[in-house]
Amino acid sequence: MKILIVDDFSTMRRIIKNLLRDLGFNNVDEADDGNTALPMLQSVKFDFLITDWNMPGMTGIELLKSVRADGKLAQLPVLMVTAEAKREQIIEAAQAGVNGYVVKPFTAGALKEKIEKIFNRAS
Amino acid sequence: MRELNQQISEHAAALMENLQAGDSTKAWEAIDQLAKARERSLFQEIGKLTRTVHESIKNFHLDSAEQLDPNAGHKSESRMIDATDRLQFVITLTENAANKTMDMVEDSVPVAKELSDSSSKLKQEWQKLMRREMSGDEFRELYKQMDKFLDFSNEKASTLEANLSAILMAQDYQDLTGQVIKKVINLVHEVEGSLVKLVKMASQIETITGVTHENVKSDYQDEYLEGPVANKDRSDVVESQDDVDDLLSSLGF
Repeated sequence: MKILIVDDFSTMRRIIKNLLRDLGFNNVDEADDGNTALPMLQSVKFDFLITDWNMPGMTGIELLKSVRADGKLAQLPVLMVTAEAKREQIIEAAQAGVNGYVVKPFTAGALKEKIEKIFNRAS
Repeated sequence: MRELNQQISEHAAALMENLQAGDSTKAWEAIDQLAKARERSLFQEIGKLTRTVHESIKNFHLDSAEQLDPNAGHKSESRMIDATDRLQFVITLTENAANKTMDMVEDSVPVAKELSDSSSKLKQEWQKLMRREMSGDEFRELYKQMDKFLDFSNEKASTLEANLSAILMAQDYQDLTGQVIKKVINLVHEVEGSLVKLVKMASQIETITGVTHENVKSDYQDEYLEGPVANKDRSDVVESQDDVDDLLSSLGF
């Protein structure tokens, strides 16, 4: 299981990486915005994408839309982990095809639950 | 203002009188007086306002304060730039603290795992002894293992203690960033006060000069990506992860 974490803050990437390790996921890569993430997703096969929304360069929602528009990546499960908490934004992410939405600040339990939910549904 | 109004009404009365008396020369003179009164008061008021505007802008503590007043003589650091630097400093401090804390946690997790692994291994041996299933050789081995484990756990506990203490110390940023942020909040309040004064002055200028303008629609828009929301009473934002889950399940997720 190969996972890509996209967040512009290195501390947040590190927190998520640690939580994923606790959940038994050790194969994790990082990117700091959509512009760096998209080529990584296109060149290597990832099984799961965790992305922030508000990032310089390409935002998380643009990344999500690009992933869904790319024939090869369209089925990739995407979890959004973000401080953006407006209802209209959550609806926008849902319409863009997000698989889960976690608002910051979040707990280890919430992240675990969403990840498990996504993979139970996928399998 | 009152003095000006009185002058205007005096000249206006003279104008009416002269007009009714059919003395157009004197009527023109009255009109002239009216215009002069307007000009004089304008100059006075604008002079006053310019001084106050100048002071207010200086209170903004912007770079432009120096440009406005080249005779000030001293080079004062712009407080706006200073505030930006201070906030940048807050980011650096909090980032360092987060990294330091995570270093310590990442260092401690394997230590705790080692302790738990060795104690459960020892526990198995110990149970064997309690069940009296242990040979003499095995017992001598356990005897040595127990001694090693006690040393080992002592050493690892010291490591954990040192790491926890380092995590505690890494929280000292809270005090420092709190002080810095308070200073920036004070500056924001000061600038807000100066801005309100400027707006009041602008409206005075409009009253004096008789300038009217249509209400310009503010082109201020809520920033689309606003990040963490401090005001949880707003109805357009979710309060918790539960709200997010409810919203998504109402959309069929």
